[in-house]
Amino acid sequence: MMLRLMHICVVLAIVQLPMPVRAQSQEYQAGAIKVTQPWLRVPPAAAKVAAGFVTLTNTGTAPDRLIGGTVSNAARVEVHEMSVVAGVMRMRQLQPGLEIKPGETVALEPGSYHLMFLDLQKSPVAGTNLKGTLVFEKAGAVDIEYKVEPAGARSSAKAGKGSGSGSGAGRNASQ
Amino acid sequence: MPVSSLLRRIRFAAWVAVALGLTAGGVFFLTRNAPEIQKAIGGVARIGGPFQLTAHTGQPFSDRDLTGKPYAIFFGFTRCPDVCPTTLNDLSLRLEELKADGDKLRVVYVSIDPERDTPEFLAEYMKSFDKRIVGLTGTAAQIAGIAKAYRVIYEKVPGAAGDYTMNHTASVYLFDAKGDFASTLAYQEGEKSQLAKLKKLVGGS
Repeated sequence: MMLRLMHICVVLAIVQLPMPVRAQSQEYQAGAIKVTQPWLRVPPAAAKVAAGFVTLTNTGTAPDRLIGGTVSNAARVEVHEMSVVAGVMRMRQLQPGLEIKPGETVALEPGSYHLMFLDLQKSPVAGTNLKGTLVFEKAGAVDIEYKVEPAGARSSAKAGKGSGSGSGAGRNASQ
Repeated sequence: MPVSSLLRRIRFAAWVAVALGLTAGGVFFLTRNAPEIQKAIGGVARIGGPFQLTAHTGQPFSDRDLTGKPYAIFFGFTRCPDVCPTTLNDLSLRLEELKADGDKLRVVYVSIDPERDTPEFLAEYMKSFDKRIVGLTGTAAQIAGIAKAYRVIYEKVPGAAGDYTMNHTASVYLFDAKGDFASTLAYQEGEKSQLAKLKKLVGGS
């Protein structure tokens, strides 16, 4: 029994070792908030909305809130919460924003929180970057760039789980 | 035997015949309609039903266009930033992975935001996905009708400046060639699992 447990531990340790070394993610600092790899995926043709994703870490001692932002190709940006429970998708604007407690990391990612880009004026192109800002209640505004991943990407190539190709699920929009 | 006694016996026999007839009829009715009655009293609920909508091509599209082949049906809206485009993208990829078998499957996407999702707008939007996927929209009443038939929930959520978003059932419903509910595909379900379910669905037709 002990032996088997040890065996499992050794196997686990070995499995842990070759974890892909994360490619360099784009990072930004807004006061005590570390902003890691903002990204979005190419929305469908003519779409009026898109979702932006980013990982936020509060390295300070006071809570802060993500209250909004901007992106170069949309008229408005809102902070949204999305959930799928029992097959039903629910979405709402978070007011007054998304709290990040001291020491906490909050991921805005598919299936969860996102930045809602409203009234898209131009469809973004995969492989390019979009300029924007994130605005925090205390840390203020910070300039960022969103990496544009292919349509259907489940994660950002750099922020993701080392899949290297965005997601492997990406399907280029056939214009 | 007095006449009155004979009449009484005849009357009794007649009532017995009526009673037997009613019982037999009842048993026949129950047997013949057993599946419907079972459903009505809480067995396997029937999902789906008649509907009349408009496709993104501008052509009319009804439940009759879904007969004879297995199909996948999904409800959403174009101002949905995450679940809907991801699901349509997943379905496009699965259709490609099914290769020739992809033609054995119909895939329809029904807008639950007909106010903004006109056939013209859907025509543009659907260009980003597999050409076999049909986008459907209609009047508010037509959408309410199909949502009820497919037991789909949707509701408007008011937002800033008169804007709104929608909450809605986000699972893809799968039906076999007979039109019977077979399975679902969930948001963020693994690609292999989705493909296995679709292969089973088209293989059985």
